[in-house]
Amino acid sequence: MKGRIIILLAGLSIANQAFAQNSADGAQPQTVRAAVLRVDAPHLPPISRLDAAPEDLGFAGARLAIEDNDTTGRFMGQDFEAVEVTATPETAAAEMDKLLAEGFPFIVTLADDAETLALADQVGDRALVLNARARGDNLRGADCRINVIHTAPSYAMLADALAQFLMWKKWSNWFLIAGSHPEDVALADAYRRAAVKFGAKIVEERTYEDTGGSRRSDSGHVQVQQQMPVFTQRAASHDVVIAADENGVFADWLPYATWDPRPVTGSSGLVPRSWAPSLEAWGATQFQNRFEKLAGRPIREEDYQTWVALRMIGEAATRTQSTDPAKLKEFMLSDNFEVAGFKGQKLTMRDWDHQLRQPILLTTGSVTASVSPQDQYLHQTSALDTLGFDRPETECKF
Amino acid sequence: MKAATAILTSALCLGFALPAAANRVFVSNEKGNDVTVLDSETLEVIGTYPVGARPRGITISPDGKELYVCASDDDLVRVFNPETMEETHTLPSGPDPELFVLHPSGNPLYIANEDDNLVTVVDTRTHKVLAEIPVGVEPEGMGVSPDGKVVINTSETTNMAHFINSETFEIFANVLVDSRPRFAQFNDAGNKLYVSSEIGGTVSVIDPETQQITKKISFEIPGVLPEAIQPVGVRVTKDGKKVFVALGPANRVAVINGETDEVEDYLLVGQRVWQMAFTPDEKYLFTTNGNSNDVSVIDVAANKVIKSVPVGQQPWGVVVAPN
Repeated sequence: MKGRIIILLAGLSIANQAFAQNSADGAQPQTVRAAVLRVDAPHLPPISRLDAAPEDLGFAGARLAIEDNDTTGRFMGQDFEAVEVTATPETAAAEMDKLLAEGFPFIVTLADDAETLALADQVGDRALVLNARARGDNLRGADCRINVIHTAPSYAMLADALAQFLMWKKWSNWFLIAGSHPEDVALADAYRRAAVKFGAKIVEERTYEDTGGSRRSDSGHVQVQQQMPVFTQRAASHDVVIAADENGVFADWLPYATWDPRPVTGSSGLVPRSWAPSLEAWGATQFQNRFEKLAGRPIREEDYQTWVALRMIGEAATRTQSTDPAKLKEFMLSDNFEVAGFKGQKLTMRDWDHQLRQPILLTTGSVTASVSPQDQYLHQTSALDTLGFDRPETECKF
Repeated sequence: MKAATAILTSALCLGFALPAAANRVFVSNEKGNDVTVLDSETLEVIGTYPVGARPRGITISPDGKELYVCASDDDLVRVFNPETMEETHTLPSGPDPELFVLHPSGNPLYIANEDDNLVTVVDTRTHKVLAEIPVGVEPEGMGVSPDGKVVINTSETTNMAHFINSETFEIFANVLVDSRPRFAQFNDAGNKLYVSSEIGGTVSVIDPETQQITKKISFEIPGVLPEAIQPVGVRVTKDGKKVFVALGPANRVAVINGETDEVEDYLLVGQRVWQMAFTPDEKYLFTTNGNSNDVSVIDVAANKVIKSVPVGQQPWGVVVAPN
């Protein structure tokens, strides 16, 4: 059987050349080089051991994207690579310098908001940064950079996606509980904006201070069982709780423990995400199967966002029949660019802030309960622009 | 509606009076792990039969004696006696078989292995794998030219239609089409190949001689979001004059003039329409509606949907017995 495949592959390479003749590239495959830089900040373990970060977080998505790109590349005379680099916040700048010195034209970053911004400024016009983790609205607004593309959705997109569903459900009175970390504050801002945008009312707001307790320990749930009802008691009458907890400090303890019997959403319960391993529609099953076979674990959002970033590069190379980084960048940022991402419609680029337009999944632990935008929210150009900052609202100036 | 039903029923009775025999219609239910069998004249369900895990692609031998079902999660093609719906044997298919096409002679079977970037060629008589052909990422659509010389595979993430020589099993051309090509269908004259692109929202018309795209058909339906228009299944009448394209979550089937390749009509069917099959006399076209769990029946001459018939869970593929 093996022998047969090899013979057929030889046949294929003849076909490659036939195709490559059109692009006048000759027989040597042209390589597109990219790097994935992951900055790991020291973190306490998550509330649930099921959420512990895998070693290959993000990188596994990169490996699948390169496999996908290379399979297509065989027919185009193109070859793709992505080197994987991990750094700490202290070593990130030095690692980035090395990548720039090696001349990588595309660098996917998996870093938090502040680090992403610092890295983007360090890179300048020497490479294109594809942000596959940071969700800060400032990165798409006042702090936007022309050399950055965002495949990670913004806080505003996630908040709007949940808000549309809650309004469809007619749960318009919200009890917002935000953590005390800067990311939690930024996410809470996005929920406040979503409430105004979609006509909801935040009837009660509380801050859950991270005092370092209630983590994974035998006494954790014992303490928490007492704390959470007390923390949520005497809130104004509300339909739903929204938790803004980017660091996983408290939100997972809220469901079934709130003083009033109300559903929990946001960072626990019904959670807006760019991707979830539960999605089956739109060919996602095949994508999940391919990923799980390769990585031996269910996919995470960081993997999907990295996969999309590298697939964008591959798709641009296929469509332009070029491996010239300048051409690929120009095409990715053009109105003609689209990429399929197993979310039921093409993903395209917002020219005003370089954010990838995408549907947002609303997930529970085990299912994808809904996908926003909800049908009821219309838009003059793309329903996807009902999520996040639209052209007239943007504060981004390149 | 009542009156219309009455008229249709009498039309059906007329149908019965004619000597033309009813055909069995086989619908694979992806989530139900079974096949629903309908009668093409009474449009009633005859029965539902288990067929293995995650049945998707479904086809039947030209003599009507063997029904083939891609049991995707069993990594097998299961073969049934279409009369009794008893499993007679299985065929090796490679992993995750999704869609396949039979050579016009009835042998071999060309199978798209969605998870493995392969097309597997299986001899339907010896049950042996003849070849595995590496193609693009997520192979799905399979078409065969009327003369049986060319097999087409579409790869959904690579976005190409691969032209395969059906005897040497070698790819001799690759045509880049719009995003997520799902289906490839020749007309009977063999001078046009239709390839649907689900995410791109278009159908590419390809000249099989030159492997060039001669036209891209796009769709526009008032009141339907453009993103919801997702072409999947394509069927062409024998005379090549009418092309039907299933538009997925747009819940419509487009009717295209096969001479001009212009859209002439949109027919409202059930939800998320993917695959379609004609009766041998081309009186009816059956569509599988995966989200409403039913089959719509289209009167081909009148361009009208005359009935919807509830089937199993998430109907995916459909084939009509030739006799």
